[in-house]
Amino acid sequence: MTTTTATAVGTGRAAARATGLSKVYGAGETRVVALDDVSVEFHQGEFTAIMGPSGSGKSTLMHCMAGLDTVSAGSATIGEVELVGLRDKQLTQLRRDRIGFVFQAFNLLPTLTALENITLPMDIAGRKVDKAWLDSVVDTVGLSGRLSHRPAQLSGGQQQRVACARALAGRPEIIFADEPTGNLDSRSGAEILGFLRNSVRELGQTVVMVTHDAVAASYADRVVFLADGRIVDQLAAPTADSVLDRMRRFDAKGRTN
Amino acid sequence: MFRTALRNVLAHKGRLLMTALAVMLGTAFVAGTMVFSDTFGSALKNSYSKDFGNFSVQVADSGAGNDTRTADLTGSAAPHLSTGTVGQIAALPGVARAVGVVDGFTAVADKSGKALGQGRDSRGSNYAPATNGQDPRYPMAAGRGPQHTGEIALDRATADKGGYRVGDTVRVAINGPARSTTLTGIFTSDSPQVSSGNPLVLFDTASAQQLLLTPGQFDRIEVTGAAGTSQQALQDEVVKVLPDAGSITVKTAQQLQDQEKADLDGALSGMRTMLLAFAGISLFVGIFIIANTFTMLIAQRTRELALLRAIGASRRQVTGSVLVEALLIGVLASVAGLLAGVGIGAGLQSLMGSLAGADTPSGPLIVGPATVVAALVTGVLVTVVSAVLPALRASRIPPVAAMSSGELPSTQKGLLVRNSVGAMVAGGGLALILWGSSAGSNGKWLVAGGAVAALIGTFVLIPLLSRPLIALVGPLLGRLFGVSGKLARQNAVRNPRRTAATAAALTIGLTLVSALTVLGASVNGVLDRAVTDTMKADYAVELSHGLSVSPEITAQVARTPGVTASSALTGSYFEVAGQKRAVSGIDAAAADQVLHVKLTAGSTAALGQGRLLVNDQVAKEKALTVGSTVPAVFPDGSTGTLTVGGVFAENHLVNPLLMSNEALVRHGAAPSTDVVLVKGAGGESSALHQALVDAGGDNPLIKVDSKQDLRDQFSSQIAFALNMMYGLLAMSVLVAILGVVNTMAMSVFERKREIGMLRAIGLNRSGVKRMVRLESVVISLFGAVLGLGLGCFLAWAVNGTLRNDLTGLTTVLPFGKLALFLGLAGLVGLVAAIWPSRRAAKLDILDSIKAA
Repeated sequence: MTTTTATAVGTGRAAARATGLSKVYGAGETRVVALDDVSVEFHQGEFTAIMGPSGSGKSTLMHCMAGLDTVSAGSATIGEVELVGLRDKQLTQLRRDRIGFVFQAFNLLPTLTALENITLPMDIAGRKVDKAWLDSVVDTVGLSGRLSHRPAQLSGGQQQRVACARALAGRPEIIFADEPTGNLDSRSGAEILGFLRNSVRELGQTVVMVTHDAVAASYADRVVFLADGRIVDQLAAPTADSVLDRMRRFDAKGRTN
Repeated sequence: MFRTALRNVLAHKGRLLMTALAVMLGTAFVAGTMVFSDTFGSALKNSYSKDFGNFSVQVADSGAGNDTRTADLTGSAAPHLSTGTVGQIAALPGVARAVGVVDGFTAVADKSGKALGQGRDSRGSNYAPATNGQDPRYPMAAGRGPQHTGEIALDRATADKGGYRVGDTVRVAINGPARSTTLTGIFTSDSPQVSSGNPLVLFDTASAQQLLLTPGQFDRIEVTGAAGTSQQALQDEVVKVLPDAGSITVKTAQQLQDQEKADLDGALSGMRTMLLAFAGISLFVGIFIIANTFTMLIAQRTRELALLRAIGASRRQVTGSVLVEALLIGVLASVAGLLAGVGIGAGLQSLMGSLAGADTPSGPLIVGPATVVAALVTGVLVTVVSAVLPALRASRIPPVAAMSSGELPSTQKGLLVRNSVGAMVAGGGLALILWGSSAGSNGKWLVAGGAVAALIGTFVLIPLLSRPLIALVGPLLGRLFGVSGKLARQNAVRNPRRTAATAAALTIGLTLVSALTVLGASVNGVLDRAVTDTMKADYAVELSHGLSVSPEITAQVARTPGVTASSALTGSYFEVAGQKRAVSGIDAAAADQVLHVKLTAGSTAALGQGRLLVNDQVAKEKALTVGSTVPAVFPDGSTGTLTVGGVFAENHLVNPLLMSNEALVRHGAAPSTDVVLVKGAGGESSALHQALVDAGGDNPLIKVDSKQDLRDQFSSQIAFALNMMYGLLAMSVLVAILGVVNTMAMSVFERKREIGMLRAIGLNRSGVKRMVRLESVVISLFGAVLGLGLGCFLAWAVNGTLRNDLTGLTTVLPFGKLALFLGLAGLVGLVAAIWPSRRAAKLDILDSIKAA
């Protein structure tokens, strides 16, 4: 099988790029190759979904490209910045200033109100909050009435909307979302996915989302498929059916192999 | 279930470490106290038990001698022990030998003039040769016993220490100028006092009586029975001649030994009780930490415990497993504590040795069975009892909790009941304190009871208090430290119960520390003013160890060039207005120049007329005004009346009754001089100071103090007492620090996911560290502020009850010191957070985010 380089279907420059990225855990008999020479580009203003079965390396790819995990070989860049070789302090600053995160388990601070959670990255950076932008973000995610609530007083969907707003509020170059709908019922999940897609369409945001849900992937502009640590395929303008179809094909291939 | 408990202990080694350390420190304190007091006690017994082997019966006269300041001089009318008495007893049937003994403080100077030996244990006595010319009590190793005035014998250790040989000139001093004497002999003695290194100087009997007592008198007569006469029979014989009455006591050697032992035990048990009280405080502080740890451990293990319940464990079994866990830790920590305690005991002993010099008795380390049992039982009991509530809470976890996923909502059970109870107890306590404080000295118990209630009430209320108090510093933290500060503050109030238990441990220590400090400062203030307000003299000349100043020195001081006025301030004790009272004496002519007596009626001129001055309190009590007369029984046994010549405001330098020395002597008193007050022509000067020291005639004990010296002495005494208390309370603060470490470590562990998220969205390592450190500091400061507040309030209340005993007592808040304590508490927070904050900063981001 040849290495597939997933190239952009959209326009514009790459917001993030991986070149020959490998991630190996352990050594000797317990050696596990999580990513095997992966090269991929995520373009500005594009909503990309990374799909694959459990253990395919999709989360590892995201973590490496977001500067949360170290890479074993290859390179990962955010904009023009090479992540490999950066020290913890620089990586932290990079994440703070240029990347937004949405996690599966919401990961809000229970002691802070919704609004405080949203502005947390700016507070950490000591940056002034752009009031107009913040208002429009809050409006977009539909949280206007609940800004003074604490996470415990919000439903799961509302909490994840706060998390989305937090990721958007700092106008990062790229947002990484790790299974953002994993803990939500389908209606709340659909709302979250709608926001992410709108943020791309209307606000020009770049979003990379890891998911194993074909319906979630169908909200993206492009789907990149991972299996056994390699990129095996990609699909532009996906629908739930086309995604499922592809997935089934990999499944069958895996079994016949 | 036992195996589950064991596994749990092993699995949570790290987290249980702090708990174990807290228990260990407490038990070590208990064991150390007991080991030290046993060891010190046995050494002390060896050192202080007088040699009772030399005689069968001792007749003692407590009325003899000028050794004590408050000698009961009315006793002078009663019979004393004279040479005649000795002969009388010696003639009794069954008596082999009767020796009259004189005994009193005597200092021996080394060749450079400094006193050999320390304290009042440097003694002088008489050499009483038997018919063969030798005193069997003191066999001579070299030379012969003293026979004439100006001759002395020294014990061998002292002679060696001073480098003296037979024939050398040795300077000795009692309460007058030093005397040059000739060393005629060096003796050995098996008396424990001598063998523990205290100097003993022997004079011939006549000189000893003259120097140490009164010519012709003895302090005691040691009677040795003839072979076959029992101590009891001998005592009966002696009592026939000399009744056991008045100041005379007749005791057998056995009785004396028993009494000595009882006295020592009493003194030692006092010391032991005090030390154990402090150990108790540490253990009490430990309870908070242990309970906190188990609560947290159980919260973390909720799902695990629920699983046990789901697969069929009964509530009792769950409770049991937690208690067994506590038991295991209790046993391990107590054993470690016991071992550490033995070490502490040994350390304390050598510390005493190095602090007090060669004077402290030493002996083998004693680890009694009571020590072992007490240490183990307290350690285990405290641990298990502290774990009871958490264990019961564990049994209430429903089995279904095993199935629920994600974060379990922290049980925010209403604090309403707790707060109401706390408010009631604290309110009641405050009311009691206020009531007791206004009731004066009768209110001591009210204040004590109120203080306990207020403390307990406050502890119950701490969770409620934590939010508003910590919110006060919120804006400051946010402004100074940004997000880290803001998050730290919010984390600190996140679990009020836990914050409360952690802070309470510090609150206890700081309440006591600050109360003692404020009390010390207040008392210091009174004494300071006492010196400034009452003493007009420039110098006070006195002898150390509370010895009375001899008339020779008093006279010499008066003759010293540069002295414009001087007066002995004396003390006498006789019956005035139907009650034995201490009466101060001052020279009428010098009174106004050396003493500042504020008269509310009459004048000091009345002193010259032989009249009595009384302070306002006595005046009020006895309804006395200028011109009133009071009956008196004078020291010489005569009766008469005294006319009140003035009423003065309470004065700390003189007794409530004041007369002139001349009048006192006229009435037959032989007043002892406490201090000689001196007014110099040119005020204080180093020349005058030196001249006054010289007036002491080389007595190594002479002290010449300016007002500032006196003030410094008072404050250094108070500072010493305070420092000792601080030292003892340091242990409880140490335990409290462990509690903070524990809480912070647990918090970091529980908030792993949040920390991971914060790191992911861009908080750097130092930011995380700062967040944890600040939380720790905030909790510590919260505990400290509560403690300082409570402590100051308590001290104020105690001052209220002391006001009658110590006039002019006002509460002085030593802000500098209190601020220092607050600063130290902050430092405690920083130190406690070192390890937890480092752990938090090192957390792997991905692991943490994924952590369940």
